[in-house]
Amino acid sequence: MNKLKRIIGVMLLAILSVAVQAQSAVPEDNTGLMRSNGKIYVVVAVVVTILLGLFFYVFNLDRKISKLEKK
Amino acid sequence: MIRQSWWKLLSFVLLVYTCSYGFLVEVPSPPGVPLKETIRNLFFHVPMWIAMMICFGVSVVYAVKYLRRHDPVYDIYSTEFARTGTLLGILGLITGMIWANYQWGKPWSGDPKQNGTAIALLIYFAYFVLKGSLQDEEKQSRIGAVYNVFAFFMLFPTIWILPRLTESLHPGGQGSEGNPGLNPKDTTNSMRTVMYPAFIGWTLLSVWITTLRIRVQIIHQKQLANE
Repeated sequence: MNKLKRIIGVMLLAILSVAVQAQSAVPEDNTGLMRSNGKIYVVVAVVVTILLGLFFYVFNLDRKISKLEKK
Repeated sequence: MIRQSWWKLLSFVLLVYTCSYGFLVEVPSPPGVPLKETIRNLFFHVPMWIAMMICFGVSVVYAVKYLRRHDPVYDIYSTEFARTGTLLGILGLITGMIWANYQWGKPWSGDPKQNGTAIALLIYFAYFVLKGSLQDEEKQSRIGAVYNVFAFFMLFPTIWILPRLTESLHPGGQGSEGNPGLNPKDTTNSMRTVMYPAFIGWTLLSVWITTLRIRVQIIHQKQLANE
């Protein structure tokens, strides 16, 4: 359980750091985050989604293999 | 719970950082260099090669270990690291071709580095063909390990030495610049703050995927032994 808390904590920190970066790069006259800076944030969102999905998949695989190893 | 999770989390954090800040970091656009924003591929295309070389390196270490002490587990390690390395090499080649299509005009220009990598990958494909063609498991492991050593010592001439003997389209490959792959003039310090975490993050992810395959193979071997 303690481990899980630490994992979630690290993930939150990671997301937070992204949010901080995003705020400093937003120009004043934008009309929303996703439309600013040549819409590069759309690409960021897509890539981060793919990455999250990929890691979720690998994480699950790891857990399943761990279960198999315990048998 | 998953095993030894700290470096897996590190890889996750580093890659989230790479894939977000990698798009936001200021990149230089010096006159005369047509790379512009595509230099961001430095955080995605180049780490494939770094991770590939590390995977092949680990693979050859385990191949030598296998040859010294005929432990089948070493063979599993060696094979699976070679497998991931080959996958990363293919990904690197494809991403390189996409990049080259917009940078050099066509996906395959016969650049020495492209040709060299293609040869290196073909040598590694032959490794799997060789292993697959042998029936006896011990022979498979032993001949595979010997071939792995050969393949690794072909990798470095083909991707490092031969491209340096001629001019390359890669940044830093013109005339006497001498390093086809990276041109220090194109990279700034702020880009390095993403580049090195990207190298580490992608490498750790590939090691993670490899360890999963290794563990599955070890479970498989145990099941075979119990039957």
